Amino acid sequence: MPEDVPIIRMGPNLLVALQGNLDDTTVEQIERAVTGEVARTQATGTLIDVSGLSIVDSFVARVLARLVAMIRLLGAEATIVGLQPAVAITLVELGVPMGHVRTALNAEQGMARLRGSRDEPDR
Amino acid sequence: MSLTAEESVTTMTINGEADLLRIRAMLRAEAQLAGLGLTAETKLVTAGSELARNIVRYATHGQGTASVERLRSEGRRGVRAAFSDSGPGIADLDEVMRDGFSTGGSLGLGLPGSRRLVDEFAIDSAAGRGTTVVIAQWAR
Repeated sequence: MPEDVPIIRMGPNLLVALQGNLDDTTVEQIERAVTGEVARTQATGTLIDVSGLSIVDSFVARVLARLVAMIRLLGAEATIVGLQPAVAITLVELGVPMGHVRTALNAEQGMARLRGSRDEPDR
Repeated sequence: MSLTAEESVTTMTINGEADLLRIRAMLRAEAQLAGLGLTAETKLVTAGSELARNIVRYATHGQGTASVERLRSEGRRGVRAAFSDSGPGIADLDEVMRDGFSTGGSLGLGLPGSRRLVDEFAIDSAAGRGTTVVIAQWAR
Protein backbone atom coordinates (compact mmCIF):
# COMPACT_ATOMS: atom_id res chain seq x y z
CA MET A 1 0.00 0.00 0.00
CA PRO A 2 1.40 3.38 -0.92
CA GLU A 3 0.18 4.85 2.39
CA ASP A 4 2.71 2.60 4.04
CA VAL A 5 5.58 3.78 1.85
CA PRO A 6 7.70 5.89 4.13
CA ILE A 7 8.78 9.07 2.39
CA ILE A 8 11.13 10.74 4.84
CA ARG A 9 12.29 14.30 4.48
CA MET A 10 15.97 14.86 5.28
CA GLY A 11 16.80 18.52 4.80
CA PRO A 12 16.46 19.27 1.09
CA ASN A 13 16.26 15.55 0.23
CA LEU A 14 13.66 12.83 0.33
CA LEU A 15 14.33 9.23 1.28
CA VAL A 16 11.91 6.63 -0.03
CA ALA A 17 12.18 3.06 1.22
CA LEU A 18 10.62 0.37 -0.94
CA GLN A 19 9.93 -2.88 0.84
CA GLY A 20 8.40 -6.29 0.51
CA ASN A 21 6.83 -8.01 -2.39
CA LEU A 22 5.52 -5.24 -4.60
CA ASP A 23 2.74 -5.89 -7.05
CA ASP A 24 2.43 -3.87 -10.23
CA THR A 25 -0.39 -1.63 -9.05
CA THR A 26 1.42 -0.76 -5.82
CA VAL A 27 4.60 0.10 -7.72
CA GLU A 28 2.71 2.52 -9.92
CA GLN A 29 1.00 4.09 -6.89
CA ILE A 30 4.40 4.58 -5.27
CA GLU A 31 5.57 6.31 -8.43
CA ARG A 32 2.74 8.82 -8.22
CA ALA A 33 3.19 9.34 -4.47
CA VAL A 34 6.92 10.03 -4.80
CA THR A 35 6.72 12.43 -7.74
CA GLY A 36 3.87 14.25 -5.94
CA GLU A 37 5.98 14.56 -2.79
CA VAL A 38 9.05 15.80 -4.70
CA ALA A 39 6.94 18.55 -6.25
CA ARG A 40 5.17 19.42 -2.99
CA THR A 41 8.30 19.65 -0.85
CA GLN A 42 10.50 21.08 -3.63
CA ALA A 43 13.15 18.51 -2.73
CA THR A 44 16.43 18.84 -4.58
CA GLY A 45 17.37 15.18 -4.23
CA THR A 46 15.64 11.84 -3.76
CA LEU A 47 17.13 8.58 -2.58
CA ILE A 48 15.16 5.50 -3.53
CA ASP A 49 16.18 2.75 -1.12
CA VAL A 50 15.52 -0.69 -2.60
CA SER A 51 17.46 -2.70 0.00
CA GLY A 52 14.14 -4.14 1.19
CA LEU A 53 13.34 -5.64 -2.21
CA SER A 54 14.34 -9.27 -2.62
CA ILE A 55 13.23 -9.29 -6.25
CA VAL A 56 13.23 -6.63 -8.96
CA ASP A 57 11.86 -7.97 -12.21
CA SER A 58 11.79 -6.13 -15.54
CA PHE A 59 8.50 -4.41 -14.74
CA VAL A 60 9.65 -3.06 -11.37
CA ALA A 61 13.03 -2.10 -12.89
CA ARG A 62 11.30 -0.20 -15.65
CA VAL A 63 9.15 1.67 -13.13
CA LEU A 64 12.25 2.54 -11.08
CA ALA A 65 14.05 3.86 -14.17
CA ARG A 66 10.93 5.82 -15.10
CA LEU A 67 10.65 7.23 -11.56
CA VAL A 68 14.28 8.42 -11.73
CA ALA A 69 13.58 10.09 -15.09
CA MET A 70 10.44 11.79 -13.72
CA ILE A 71 12.25 13.13 -10.65
CA ARG A 72 15.00 14.54 -12.90
CA LEU A 73 12.41 16.21 -15.08
CA LEU A 74 11.06 17.87 -11.96
CA GLY A 75 14.57 19.28 -11.46
CA ALA A 76 15.77 17.07 -8.62
CA GLU A 77 18.48 14.45 -8.45
CA ALA A 78 17.50 10.82 -7.96
CA THR A 79 19.67 7.94 -6.82
CA ILE A 80 18.75 4.31 -6.32
CA VAL A 81 20.50 2.89 -3.29
CA GLY A 82 20.92 -0.46 -1.61
CA LEU A 83 20.32 -2.86 -4.48
CA GLN A 84 20.95 -6.37 -3.10
CA PRO A 85 23.86 -8.16 -4.85
CA ALA A 86 21.69 -11.08 -6.02
CA VAL A 87 19.18 -8.60 -7.43
CA ALA A 88 21.93 -6.67 -9.24
CA ILE A 89 23.27 -9.88 -10.81
CA THR A 90 19.78 -10.87 -11.87
CA LEU A 91 19.02 -7.47 -13.43
CA VAL A 92 22.22 -7.54 -15.48
CA GLU A 93 21.52 -11.05 -16.79
CA LEU A 94 17.90 -10.20 -17.44
CA GLY A 95 19.22 -7.41 -19.64
CA VAL A 96 17.36 -4.50 -18.05
CA PRO A 97 19.05 -1.27 -19.15
CA MET A 98 19.86 0.56 -15.91
CA GLY A 99 23.17 2.09 -16.99
CA HIS A 100 21.80 5.62 -17.01
CA VAL A 101 20.41 5.29 -13.50
CA ARG A 102 22.60 6.72 -10.76
CA THR A 103 23.11 4.23 -7.94
CA ALA A 104 24.94 4.01 -4.63
CA LEU A 105 25.76 1.12 -2.33
CA ASN A 106 23.64 2.42 0.53
CA ALA A 107 21.66 5.43 1.73
CA GLU A 108 24.68 7.03 3.43
CA GLN A 109 26.78 6.96 0.26
CA GLY A 110 23.83 8.07 -1.81
CA MET A 111 23.26 11.02 0.52
CA ALA A 112 26.96 11.94 0.35
CA ARG A 113 26.75 11.91 -3.43
CA LEU A 114 23.68 14.12 -3.44
CA ARG A 115 25.55 16.62 -1.27
CA GLY A 116 28.61 16.34 -3.52
CA SER A 117 26.69 17.00 -6.71
CA ARG A 118 25.09 20.06 -5.13
CA ASP A 119 28.39 21.43 -3.81
CA GLU A 120 30.30 21.03 -7.05
CA PRO A 121 28.98 24.09 -8.93
CA ASP A 122 30.19 26.34 -6.09
CA ARG A 123 33.78 25.16 -6.29
CA MET B 1 18.14 -36.76 -18.00
CA SER B 2 16.77 -39.25 -15.52
CA LEU B 3 14.57 -37.48 -13.08
CA THR B 4 13.51 -39.37 -10.06
CA ALA B 5 11.40 -38.70 -7.01
CA GLU B 6 9.47 -35.61 -7.88
CA GLU B 7 8.91 -34.70 -4.30
CA SER B 8 6.00 -32.35 -4.66
CA VAL B 9 4.02 -30.68 -7.36
CA THR B 10 1.99 -27.59 -6.60
CA THR B 11 -0.24 -26.06 -9.23
CA MET B 12 -1.64 -22.58 -8.95
CA THR B 13 -4.06 -20.82 -11.21
CA ILE B 14 -3.14 -17.43 -12.59
CA ASN B 15 -6.08 -15.05 -12.88
CA GLY B 16 -4.45 -11.69 -12.52
CA GLU B 17 -1.58 -9.62 -11.39
CA ALA B 18 -2.16 -10.34 -7.69
CA ASP B 19 -1.22 -13.97 -8.34
CA LEU B 20 2.33 -12.91 -9.20
CA LEU B 21 3.04 -12.42 -5.51
CA ARG B 22 1.83 -15.93 -4.63
CA ILE B 23 3.89 -17.45 -7.43
CA ARG B 24 7.04 -15.60 -6.38
CA ALA B 25 6.52 -16.73 -2.78
CA MET B 26 5.97 -20.34 -3.84
CA LEU B 27 9.08 -20.36 -6.05
CA ARG B 28 11.17 -18.83 -3.29
CA ALA B 29 9.98 -21.39 -0.75
CA GLU B 30 10.69 -24.31 -3.11
CA ALA B 31 14.10 -22.88 -4.04
CA GLN B 32 15.05 -22.71 -0.38
CA LEU B 33 13.82 -26.26 0.28
CA ALA B 34 15.87 -27.47 -2.68
CA GLY B 35 18.96 -25.77 -1.31
CA LEU B 36 19.52 -23.28 -4.10
CA GLY B 37 21.91 -20.43 -3.32
CA LEU B 38 20.53 -16.92 -2.92
CA THR B 39 21.57 -15.81 -6.42
CA ALA B 40 20.11 -18.90 -8.10
CA GLU B 41 16.97 -18.46 -6.01
CA THR B 42 16.63 -14.78 -6.95
CA LYS B 43 17.11 -15.58 -10.64
CA LEU B 44 14.49 -18.34 -10.51
CA VAL B 45 11.94 -16.16 -8.73
CA THR B 46 12.58 -13.33 -11.19
CA ALA B 47 12.25 -15.61 -14.23
CA GLY B 48 9.00 -16.99 -12.78
CA SER B 49 7.71 -13.48 -12.22
CA GLU B 50 8.44 -12.57 -15.86
CA LEU B 51 6.72 -15.70 -17.17
CA ALA B 52 3.68 -15.34 -14.92
CA ARG B 53 3.38 -11.72 -15.99
CA ASN B 54 3.46 -12.81 -19.63
CA ILE B 55 0.37 -14.92 -18.92
CA VAL B 56 -1.42 -12.06 -17.18
CA ARG B 57 -0.58 -9.74 -20.04
CA TYR B 58 -0.90 -11.88 -23.15
CA ALA B 59 -2.99 -14.99 -22.45
CA THR B 60 -6.72 -15.04 -23.07
CA HIS B 61 -8.37 -13.25 -20.10
CA GLY B 62 -4.92 -13.25 -18.49
CA GLN B 63 -5.50 -16.78 -17.29
CA GLY B 64 -3.22 -19.77 -17.00
CA THR B 65 -1.48 -22.02 -14.53
CA ALA B 66 1.88 -22.27 -12.84
CA SER B 67 3.06 -25.55 -11.42
CA VAL B 68 6.17 -25.94 -9.37
CA GLU B 69 7.93 -29.16 -8.44
CA ARG B 70 11.03 -30.06 -6.56
CA LEU B 71 13.48 -32.23 -8.48
CA ARG B 72 16.10 -34.76 -7.51
CA SER B 73 18.39 -36.23 -10.10
CA GLU B 74 21.54 -38.19 -9.40
CA GLY B 75 21.87 -36.58 -6.03
CA ARG B 76 21.28 -33.07 -7.31
CA ARG B 77 18.32 -31.03 -6.22
CA GLY B 78 16.46 -28.42 -8.12
CA VAL B 79 13.16 -26.74 -8.86
CA ARG B 80 11.16 -26.93 -12.03
CA ALA B 81 8.28 -24.62 -12.89
CA ALA B 82 5.88 -24.81 -15.80
CA PHE B 83 3.81 -21.83 -16.94
CA SER B 84 0.92 -22.70 -19.23
CA ASP B 85 -1.89 -20.87 -20.87
CA SER B 86 -4.39 -21.61 -23.58
CA GLY B 87 -4.11 -18.16 -25.05
CA PRO B 88 -3.40 -17.03 -28.60
CA GLY B 89 -0.02 -18.75 -28.68
CA ILE B 90 3.14 -17.51 -30.33
CA ALA B 91 3.44 -17.79 -34.09
CA ASP B 92 7.15 -17.04 -34.37
CA LEU B 93 9.18 -18.37 -31.45
CA ASP B 94 12.49 -17.12 -32.85
CA GLU B 95 11.11 -13.60 -32.90
CA VAL B 96 9.90 -13.57 -29.27
CA MET B 97 13.17 -15.05 -28.03
CA ARG B 98 15.05 -12.03 -29.36
CA ASP B 99 15.89 -9.25 -26.92
CA GLY B 100 13.73 -6.21 -27.42
CA PHE B 101 10.88 -7.83 -29.32
CA SER B 102 7.55 -6.86 -27.76
CA THR B 103 3.97 -6.48 -28.86
CA GLY B 104 2.92 -5.28 -25.43
CA GLY B 105 4.85 -2.06 -24.96
CA SER B 106 7.31 -3.67 -22.54
CA LEU B 107 11.07 -3.98 -22.79
CA GLY B 108 10.71 -7.29 -24.59
CA LEU B 109 13.02 -8.98 -22.11
CA GLY B 110 10.59 -11.41 -20.51
CA LEU B 111 11.30 -14.56 -22.51
CA PRO B 112 14.95 -14.09 -23.60
CA GLY B 113 15.80 -12.59 -20.20
CA SER B 114 14.16 -15.45 -18.32
CA ARG B 115 16.11 -17.94 -20.40
CA ARG B 116 19.37 -16.32 -19.30
CA LEU B 117 18.38 -16.57 -15.61
CA VAL B 118 17.78 -20.31 -15.38
CA ASP B 119 19.69 -23.54 -16.02
CA GLU B 120 17.00 -25.03 -18.23
CA PHE B 121 14.41 -23.34 -20.42
CA ALA B 122 11.96 -24.87 -22.86
CA ILE B 123 9.11 -23.21 -24.70
CA ASP B 124 6.29 -24.88 -26.58
CA SER B 125 3.78 -22.82 -28.47
CA ALA B 126 2.00 -22.35 -31.72
CA ALA B 127 -0.56 -19.89 -32.97
CA GLY B 128 -3.98 -20.78 -31.54
CA ARG B 129 -2.91 -23.46 -29.10
CA GLY B 130 -1.47 -21.69 -26.12
CA THR B 131 1.99 -21.52 -24.67
CA THR B 132 3.90 -23.55 -22.13
CA VAL B 133 7.27 -22.47 -20.77
CA VAL B 134 9.20 -24.80 -18.49
CA ILE B 135 12.18 -23.59 -16.49
CA ALA B 136 14.47 -25.38 -14.04
CA GLN B 137 17.17 -24.29 -11.66
CA TRP B 138 19.59 -26.66 -9.94
CA ALA B 139 21.43 -26.39 -6.66
CA ARG B 140 25.18 -26.13 -7.24
